[in-house]
Parts: sequence; structure tokens; C-alpha cells
Amino acid sequence: MGQFLPFTKQVIKNLFSAPATTQYPFVERVYPERTRGHVDINKDSCILCGMCMRSCPPGAIKVDRAGKTWSINRFDCIQCGYCAEKCPKKCLSITPGYQEPGPEKFAYTVEVPYEPPKPAAKTVAN
Amino acid sequence: MGNRSIVPYGPQHPVLPEPIHLDLVLEDEKVLAAIPSIGFIHRGLESLTSKKDFNEMVYVAERICGICSYMHGMSYCLALEDIMNVEVPRRADYLRTIWCELSRLHSHLLWLGLLADAFGFESLFMHSWRLREKILDMFEESTGGRVIFSVNTIGGVLKDMPNEMLQCFVKQLDEMEKEIREMTEIFLTDYTVKSRLVDVGIISGEDAIRRGAVGPMMRASGINVDMRKNGYAAYNDIDFEVITSNKCDSYARCEVRIGEIFQSIDIIRQAVAKIPDTEINTKVTGMPNGESIIRVEQPRGEAFYHVRANGTKFLDRFRVRTPTFANIPALTQTLQGCQYGDVPLLVLTIDPCISCTER
Repeated sequence: MGQFLPFTKQVIKNLFSAPATTQYPFVERVYPERTRGHVDINKDSCILCGMCMRSCPPGAIKVDRAGKTWSINRFDCIQCGYCAEKCPKKCLSITPGYQEPGPEKFAYTVEVPYEPPKPAAKTVAN
Repeated sequence: MGNRSIVPYGPQHPVLPEPIHLDLVLEDEKVLAAIPSIGFIHRGLESLTSKKDFNEMVYVAERICGICSYMHGMSYCLALEDIMNVEVPRRADYLRTIWCELSRLHSHLLWLGLLADAFGFESLFMHSWRLREKILDMFEESTGGRVIFSVNTIGGVLKDMPNEMLQCFVKQLDEMEKEIREMTEIFLTDYTVKSRLVDVGIISGEDAIRRGAVGPMMRASGINVDMRKNGYAAYNDIDFEVITSNKCDSYARCEVRIGEIFQSIDIIRQAVAKIPDTEINTKVTGMPNGESIIRVEQPRGEAFYHVRANGTKFLDRFRVRTPTFANIPALTQTLQGCQYGDVPLLVLTIDPCISCTER
């Protein structure tokens, strides 16, 4: 009988304690501040330099300078945060909240309102 | 002489979601020999050095394994820091030590749960994983990831843990320690658990050395080997004794891992008490040129890293020998002479991680 006693204590404790799991969907999960959920862009500061595209380990980010778009395939993204670390203007950040699951992969695209500075007119040497 | 037969076991294991295949030579119910086969899910991560630069490879190294991901990333960074002669700030060393020990805690609790599941003790499995969940929450709070942390960088760590957060973690671990002790008492004293573990899968110390076993498998055979004693990260500032057992059976492996759970909690307490207030990373410039070998103690045993760089941004060679790979010869030894019904349990006692082995 003695061998059953240690676990009986735990069983009784479980009967009268709150559930160990969250009662989803009635209770929403609250993510900690640092959770790496998804990559966010502040499109106003982006200069379309392409550093994020070149540094992205799975190649999920595409920067189109001609079309002035920045896009990310969130299904390919591994949320490592290397793009946010490399971004020279710090316009990329990793924020809580995950990509919703879906049947097909798609890219999330934003249009960047950046106007590249016009090259200075060449002065012809006399 | 009984009936001899060869039973193909695997590649799907009843408890593991990863494939390993064993050809079991049986005489009635007794296993005479086991011939392992691996290579079903080889991913070629080591060859990615030709496509990803040495900074991106930190994230590739982390993805060698889901359970010891932190230590894989850290070992790679240690190797590159050695090649590039980078001095890591002391606080980063301490933070690495704390994350390493939290990883060990969560890995051992996961293993205890799987072991309980393998011998059919479902509620014990649930309790182990319930406790492990709290460690995962600590990871999420401190690094932002529950499995893959991505906080290591060449030259230190990317995120700091404020002292209040560290104190809070220690408090949580103090509370958890009581619960873990209650649960592990069952593993060590319960009649049904002991009947499945004691005198099953014996490997002597000599055989463990001869077969090149590592980690808890080696220490459970009475051999005092622990790479943490080499003093990487901040381990040279921490007082701890290597936990060994002389019983050499599956129960001994369970005992060693349970001992290491409490040892890890103690190491975290010491590290939090001694952590200095310095920077967390140093800026690294230039390209690596040279060669380095790093050995670290992962939860499953010693991992061996060999990195060779040639002065460009792509590495020449990146070779990893993981603990499971080293423990497979020892596993075949433990399987010799055991009962057929004990095979799933014995495969589990080496704490196999096939994704580590395949890389």
C-alpha cells in the first residue's frame, strides 16, 4: 500500500488545483514582450537597401528596388531576427503574434514610399 | 537452441518521432545482436557552409537539434571566437551558462517524461512535461523563442537578462525544485518503475570506454567525464561535482540524469549570484582564418565541433559529432542479451536524438 501513497498526494492536489493548460479559445494566450512572432516593417524608414534580403538565412525576404516593394514569405521565415539586426535604418523589428496557418504559401508585400536621391549632375570639365 | 530470427525494428520508434532502424537478431525472446542503420533524414547542414556565410551559419548550427539547439549555436560561436581571437565579455559567458543549464533541465525533464511513457506510466509522463513547460516559458520570456533561441552571436549574446528577471527565475526554480523532487522520488523508489529499469541494459565502465560512450551513459557506468570541467563559458567559476553511478544499468542512467537536474538548478543559482555587470557582446570585424576544435557537454553528452576557415566569408569545413552518434555503439552493447520487450526502453535510455545524428 505504501508504494501508492506518494502519487496519491499528487492526484489529490491535481483534483483541487487549476488546469495546467490554457482554456483556448476562451482564454487568449498572452505573449511575453520579447516573443519572436513575426517580422514587422516600418515602411516609412526603409531605404530598400536589400541588406535584409541578403542576410535572410532561408531567403524569405525579397526587396524590389525598381518596383519599390518589400515582401516577406512568412511561411518560409524562421523568425531568427537576423534581418532586424542587420537593417541599417532599424526599420525591421520582431513583434509578438504568429502568422496564422493557411492552406497556401503567400508573400506579404508592402509598397515603400522611398524616393532615392537623384544623382548629382555631372559637371563637364572645360 | 531456440528459434533464431531477425526482426526489423523501426525506422519508426513507438516513442520517438524520428527514424532509426535496428535489425535485431533474436533467439526466442532474447536479443543476441542489434545492427543499427541511420541516414534516413540526412539534411546536409554541414555542406551549407558553401552557401551561407559564417554569420548565418550560427542559425544553421542552432537547427541541428531542437532540444540542444542553444548549445549547438553556442559551440559554433565558441569555435569561431577561438579562431578570430575574440574575448567574450564575462556577463555573456554567465548568460550562456544559465541558458545552457536551463536547456539541460528541460532536456532531462523531457527525457524522464519519454521514459515514463515508454514503460507505460502515462501520468508520470504528463507531470514531467508539465514541469518542463515552465522552463520553456522562462526561455520565451528571456529570449523570445521556446525552442530555438537565436540569442547567440559571434562575440557574445544578443539579449541581456536584467537582474530582476534572473532573481525571478531563481525564485521559480526554487518552487519547481520541490515539485521535481516529489516527481523524481517516484522514478527512484516506485516498484513498477524499478522493475523495468534495474539490471536492464547493463554496460560496464570498460565497455563504455571501449565503445566511446559519452555523457550520462558514460557517467552511469562509473566513469567521471564531464566536458563542463574543461571550463568553457563560465563553468570555471562554478563549483560542482560530476555526478556518477556505479550501477551501470538503465536505473543508473535515470539516477544520473535526475542528479543532474538538481545540479543544474544549483549551477544557475551560483551563476546568478556571481554574474558581473559588463557588456554582453563585443564587435567582431574581419574574416575568420584558422582552425578550431571545441568540446562541450550537452544534456545527452559530449558534442565535438571542428571548424576550419580560410579567410573568406565561407568556411572550409564544419564538422559536428553529436552525443547520440557516439552512443549508438554503446546502445548495441546494452541490447545484447536483453529481452525483446525491453528494446524500446533501452533505445530511449541513451536519450537518442536522430536529428542530431543526421545533421
